[in-house]
Amino acid sequence: MILNEEYRLKVGLAEMLKGGVIMDVVTPEQAVIAERAGACAVMALERVPSDIRRDGGVARMSHISLIRGIMDAVSIPVMAKARIGHFVEARVLEALAVDYIDESEVLTPADEENHIDKRDFKVPFVCGARNLGEALRRIGEGAAMIRTKGEAGSGNIVEAVRHMRTIVKEMRQLTVLGPEELMAEAKKHQAPFELIEWVAKHGKLPVPNFSAGGVATPADAALVMQLGAEAVFVGSGIFKSENPELFAKAVVKATTYYRDPVKVMEACEEIGESRAMVGLEISKIAEGELMQTRGW
Amino acid sequence: MALQGDYERHLRALQSAGAHAVEVRTAAEMAAVDGLVLPGGESTTMLKLLHREGLFEPLAAFGHEKPIFGTCAGAILLATTVTSPEQESLGLVDIAVQRNAYGRQLDSRVVTLPSSLGDLEAVFIRAPIIRAAGPAVTVLATYNNDPVLVEQGRHLVATFHPELTADSRVHAYFLTKL
Repeated sequence: MILNEEYRLKVGLAEMLKGGVIMDVVTPEQAVIAERAGACAVMALERVPSDIRRDGGVARMSHISLIRGIMDAVSIPVMAKARIGHFVEARVLEALAVDYIDESEVLTPADEENHIDKRDFKVPFVCGARNLGEALRRIGEGAAMIRTKGEAGSGNIVEAVRHMRTIVKEMRQLTVLGPEELMAEAKKHQAPFELIEWVAKHGKLPVPNFSAGGVATPADAALVMQLGAEAVFVGSGIFKSENPELFAKAVVKATTYYRDPVKVMEACEEIGESRAMVGLEISKIAEGELMQTRGW
Repeated sequence: MALQGDYERHLRALQSAGAHAVEVRTAAEMAAVDGLVLPGGESTTMLKLLHREGLFEPLAAFGHEKPIFGTCAGAILLATTVTSPEQESLGLVDIAVQRNAYGRQLDSRVVTLPSSLGDLEAVFIRAPIIRAAGPAVTVLATYNNDPVLVEQGRHLVATFHPELTADSRVHAYFLTKL
């Protein structure tokens, strides 16, 4: 794997986001609330995933004026989403100079076979993954950050847990194998051999591994951190809660102090009686409406 | 200081420079160490957590007795003046710092710099620029005529990220201040 200068810079920004919370925002005002609460970055989009799910139809890249308004409103990094395989949306976001592009299953895929060749861009990309093979395929294409997919807009942590546990387990299994066993693993995971070798040697991904898709409470955030996430994306969980400001602050605190039950308890207490977003049971979501199965 | 940011990379760099390094998130943990690194990350996030967790004053007091090494966001926290936007800081090093001064992520870069520690590979990521430095500040390296590695007494400041390279000389130099 070629860790050239540009790739190191892309991964470098992801390193700076570690231990932090990246929040979905749909207006400059929400971006300011997120920054004041201690978000380490914001994801600028028109609708949070739970609204995309409710509204149906084709979900595309957000309006430029909206993203620009959010970039002007805050000093922290701003990310934006492009559809899977839609390299022109990605070029547009790069021209806009967003800090990170999320090639995201939350939007309606533009290509059912190919993801974007991300090596060719100067702006770094984050991509979703449900297992090690998917993560390494995205890294092979040039992604500089991986986030577990979970199930966006569900407010249900179960898929995020499943995906994080899967990736961590699959990485751990590689570390105990001999060199002659790794090609078979590359075949099994359908992943580039060099990256399988890298993970076998280091026991982790060559890029930061964040969690997304279902975090709705401070305890959810601490849970995925303890399972191995290095930072947390919160989509609908903040601004679909009853009190976004309190939830945002509490999730930030629980993410920093994820190993300290007393601090996480304090974070849970800080939201008072305000309700988290309404969650969905995954089995009640029609299979065709699952977001996590978009991309491969 | 492991509130947010690339503290794990600093931990590794300190270890390879020969230190016994630990993560610090509370005042009690802070009281147990001889020196602190304020890592790269988001300075706004760190500032908010420092205040909410009652760590701002203990950290300032720590800096009046023991050495602190700040990189990027950490440099912003150590400065006396912060602009774009204006932001509170610890005021432990007499520098005026402008945030995100090179631009956005697309303007991040890797360069090789001569310094008083020898040539250094410097990784700048959404980096701040030191716009002014007081008489007590010694400049150890510059880039485009702006100071990027400076010290004032026991404190060390880098606007770039030595922790993102395999070279631990800057961390080793900080350890000599303990």
